[in-house]
Amino acid sequence: MSASRSLSRSLARLSQAGCRRAPSTSAPYRGLTALPSPLLRSAPTSRALQSLQLSLSRRAFSTTPQRRHGHVTPPKPGEELWVTFIDKEGEEHKFAVSAGDNLLDIAQANDLEMEGACGGSCACSTCHVIVEGEDYFDKMPEPEDDENDMLDLAFGLTETSRLGCQVIMTKELDGLVVRLPSMTRNMQASDFQ
Amino acid sequence: MAVVGSGPAGFYTAYRVMSKLPQARVDMYEALPVPFGLVRHGVAPDHPEVKNCKDKFDEVASSPNFTFVGNASIGHPGHLAEHCTIPLKVLMSHYDSVVFAYGAAEDKKLHIPGEASLKGIYSAREFVGWYNGHPDCGQHEPDLSRAEEAVIIGQGNVALDVARILLEDVDVLRKTDISDRALAQLAQSRIKRVHVVGRRGPMQAAFTIKEVRELMKLSGVAFHGADNSLIPAALDTLPRATKRLMEVIRKGTSASVSETPKSWSLDNCLSPKAFIGDRRNPSLVGSTEFYVTKLEDPFNPRSSVARTDETVTLPSDIAFRSVGYKSVALPGFAEVGIQFDEKRGVITNDGLGRATQSSSDIAEPTGTHPPALPGVYCSGWVKRGPTGVIASTMSDAFITGDAVVHDWLSGAPFLSRSGNGTAEGWEAIKADVGAQADEIVTWDQWRQIDQAETAQGLTRGKPREKFTSIRDMLSSIK
Repeated sequence: MSASRSLSRSLARLSQAGCRRAPSTSAPYRGLTALPSPLLRSAPTSRALQSLQLSLSRRAFSTTPQRRHGHVTPPKPGEELWVTFIDKEGEEHKFAVSAGDNLLDIAQANDLEMEGACGGSCACSTCHVIVEGEDYFDKMPEPEDDENDMLDLAFGLTETSRLGCQVIMTKELDGLVVRLPSMTRNMQASDFQ
Repeated sequence: MAVVGSGPAGFYTAYRVMSKLPQARVDMYEALPVPFGLVRHGVAPDHPEVKNCKDKFDEVASSPNFTFVGNASIGHPGHLAEHCTIPLKVLMSHYDSVVFAYGAAEDKKLHIPGEASLKGIYSAREFVGWYNGHPDCGQHEPDLSRAEEAVIIGQGNVALDVARILLEDVDVLRKTDISDRALAQLAQSRIKRVHVVGRRGPMQAAFTIKEVRELMKLSGVAFHGADNSLIPAALDTLPRATKRLMEVIRKGTSASVSETPKSWSLDNCLSPKAFIGDRRNPSLVGSTEFYVTKLEDPFNPRSSVARTDETVTLPSDIAFRSVGYKSVALPGFAEVGIQFDEKRGVITNDGLGRATQSSSDIAEPTGTHPPALPGVYCSGWVKRGPTGVIASTMSDAFITGDAVVHDWLSGAPFLSRSGNGTAEGWEAIKADVGAQADEIVTWDQWRQIDQAETAQGLTRGKPREKFTSIRDMLSSIK
């Protein structure tokens, strides 16, 4: 932590104030290479700082971008399927995607805060999503035992929980809405025993 | 920021802080020349998918703001002269913050007669380190060629990993990164029967469903069936995870024990009393004596248990204790005011990862905490005790990372004199430790070790053949 602390403080404040990602209605599909183009909501004078903050935060891990961003296929015109993620802050992010892509890859390609510790191999529970609406949940193929085994360990498990890496977009799931549970669980009394 | 330890707790904490404070610089210290902690030396070789989190750690390490300082321990001397030891006080004088994420290097003991004196008794931690090629575990080679009946004391996932490695077809393991020394020994194994013993019942066990299901699916291995009096007759009212786990245990294996060459069982309500020497070879363990215990409420996951006067003896040609890992304090903690809770084996902290000044007032989840030690944090098993899978360590590490970020942004006091982010980190420590600084292993040098191991594995049809000695690791660096 060697850079100026006050700069990082003001950058972080700006980030909280104005650097949320694009809300659902205006977020275009960003494809494989395009950088995120966030909707800046605060005064124009602070934009330079905001984009500096953004480019810094994007750059921190940008040396191997293909790892996180290489798994999705841009949808062909007219064949777009729509999926909406609701993040921890309640913000909606709507993306046009292709059939065959899974929710973990879609979330990571769009810089949403979703980990995939096991690389999408159904061996952890870090890509847990909650499907909004039972009808969509019922349209999905039943989870296999190994997915359910991992969901059993997920924090905040619900009746419509799935692992993002196992939900593959199909035509039937067009319009799907999923919620990202809080990544960091609340401390439990058992943690202190 | 310094991170002590390069396992999942260390890497996920670094990742969180670096993501939220893009200017943060992180130096990560690792006592071994090789990174990743239990991802390398703990996760079972037949669970390669669990190790995929290394991709994320590689990504973190590739940041220009990240420095790996391998083969360097804090306070402890190394096994070889080619090692760098950094006194804790020196470390803390050159950083704004230090995150302790060095895990749990020891294991809990049973403290029963025979445990220390008889041969053939191993700690699961040593056994896991042995088959995973940990350089410290080479001398703990178990003799599987004479043993037919194994007793594993403990019912967590480590116990089930040990059971699975003992029972699995060795040809399945040949395709994994299990160490060659373990393959040679497992190929001679005569183990036919494994007891996984717990003081309490299936409803109270610490293992998780994936590991139980894997054992039920091993070919040529049957399950003896659980004691049904310890499982509720009606499972529908149980919480989902418990219900599914009990279903798997109750269903057991499709093959019965008379049809398969190998078998295993969950032996419940037994508390170890003593290891007893073999009749023909009294220096070797031959059996294990247990007190029979009684659960106050067998269906309550938190049921207390009391031991009775009744005893049971299980034949045990080989025995493993797997009753938990334990963290220990680093040399110098007391001197710098870091409180270590010996009972729980954790750095005393506020539950969010801030080390606190006094242990006299035990932290309550909602109560007030003693004041935090400026700039001192902990993460992972040394923070909350040695339990949980990588996902839980990750969320725990994120909590610590968020505490660091919050404190930094809110202007809380940190370690360095100025607290303004001018601490020089490893660059300054280099000067303090003198010639020892030349012994460290950088990330690029780890890459060379990594490539050499991968190349060795290739010739054996394995993803990797690990070096099992520090000297071999260091020799592979050009």
